[in-house]
Amino acid sequence: MTRQTILTGIIVEDTIEFTLGELSRACGKPAEWILALVEEGVIEPLGTEQTQWHFLGHCLRRVRIVERLQSDLGLNLAGAALALELLEEVETLRNRIAALEE
Amino acid sequence: MEYKDYYQIMGLQRDASQDEIKRAYRKLARKYHPDVSKESNAEERFKEVGEAYEVLKDPEKRAAYDHLGANYQAGQEFHPPPNWDSGFEFRGGGFTGADGGGFSDFFEELFGQQGFGGHAGYRPQYSARGQDHHAKVVVDLEDAFQGATRSISLQAPGLDKHGHMQLINRTLNVKIPRGIKEGQMIRLAGQGMPGTGQGAGGDLYLEIHFKPHPFYRAEGRDLHMQLPVAPWEAALGATVQAPTPAGKVDLKIPAGSNSGSKLRLKGRGIPGKPAGDVYVTLSVVAPPANSEQAKAIYKEMASKLAFNPRAGMGV
Repeated sequence: MTRQTILTGIIVEDTIEFTLGELSRACGKPAEWILALVEEGVIEPLGTEQTQWHFLGHCLRRVRIVERLQSDLGLNLAGAALALELLEEVETLRNRIAALEE
Repeated sequence: MEYKDYYQIMGLQRDASQDEIKRAYRKLARKYHPDVSKESNAEERFKEVGEAYEVLKDPEKRAAYDHLGANYQAGQEFHPPPNWDSGFEFRGGGFTGADGGGFSDFFEELFGQQGFGGHAGYRPQYSARGQDHHAKVVVDLEDAFQGATRSISLQAPGLDKHGHMQLINRTLNVKIPRGIKEGQMIRLAGQGMPGTGQGAGGDLYLEIHFKPHPFYRAEGRDLHMQLPVAPWEAALGATVQAPTPAGKVDLKIPAGSNSGSKLRLKGRGIPGKPAGDVYVTLSVVAPPANSEQAKAIYKEMASKLAFNPRAGMGV
């Protein structure tokens, strides 16, 4: 075991655009569930026709958080979407507090 | 193996009702959910509570656990007595409804290995392509500047040579891309679950987090830091050295600066297009009056400078 392969990946948020199918596979949930998230306004697709939809890389993180909140805490979609927004606001406020404390 | 007191973990009496158990779980799950909680041990606590609930919510498992454990203390060395589970029908059956991947040895010894059936992150799909996997990785902030190669240990469920589900350890050498930000993900193509048949392997997503750094706080590509300066450096202006993850830089402090003054080192943050900036907040540090000479200088300032730091407070 001397040979070591070094794996090189790409940064999802900077370079990847997912199709509906790819995003569904990346979070392990059915495409219908992703459609429901779009409907709820949690993520926004690029493109008009559903068959040509693309999702920017940062959507994956949002989708995964909603998925965890739903399965771990039993939230419904609207509740999880609200929690996600509040969590992001908390994050912003925490950063501002940290900046003020410096 | 240590005995785990599931009642203690959930803060319950041993005679708690199923409703009380459910309520306690709901509350603790919200409190320690890793996406919600900022407590440093949140993830660990969340798993522990999940494991406890997995046993206590199921009257059959709970009965078996109670039967076994009334005299044990948490943390005590524990070996299950032979045939402790006779009369209960879950042995080795993969009974769990939750994602049992992270449960303790104690749980596994009692309730068996995770079966195929109920693994939340792992429902078998009959597509040929392997499933995508996710993992969290903590790296040094400096890695985002230089683009280091890091060895990462991962546990993932996989089939052993007998075809049983097992947690398999593997180590990957991964290049951390230069310019990555806190919370971003890296996709490693083909490193997820192997495909079945001719199918390609799934992808592995690594969520990158930075270890807390003693000097810097990262926000996107920008870094924030405090820089201690002497009173005369702030008052008269000076060029001082400041550390950055890419090496020392000269920083010009304008005359008349004070604690809380902010300076920006443009383009010295995490590399990228555009590169981030480093925001330096000055913190004036008074030298100690620990020698006759130092005391004499302070006394001279006191007598010659008409300075009231509390003037703004009207006193």
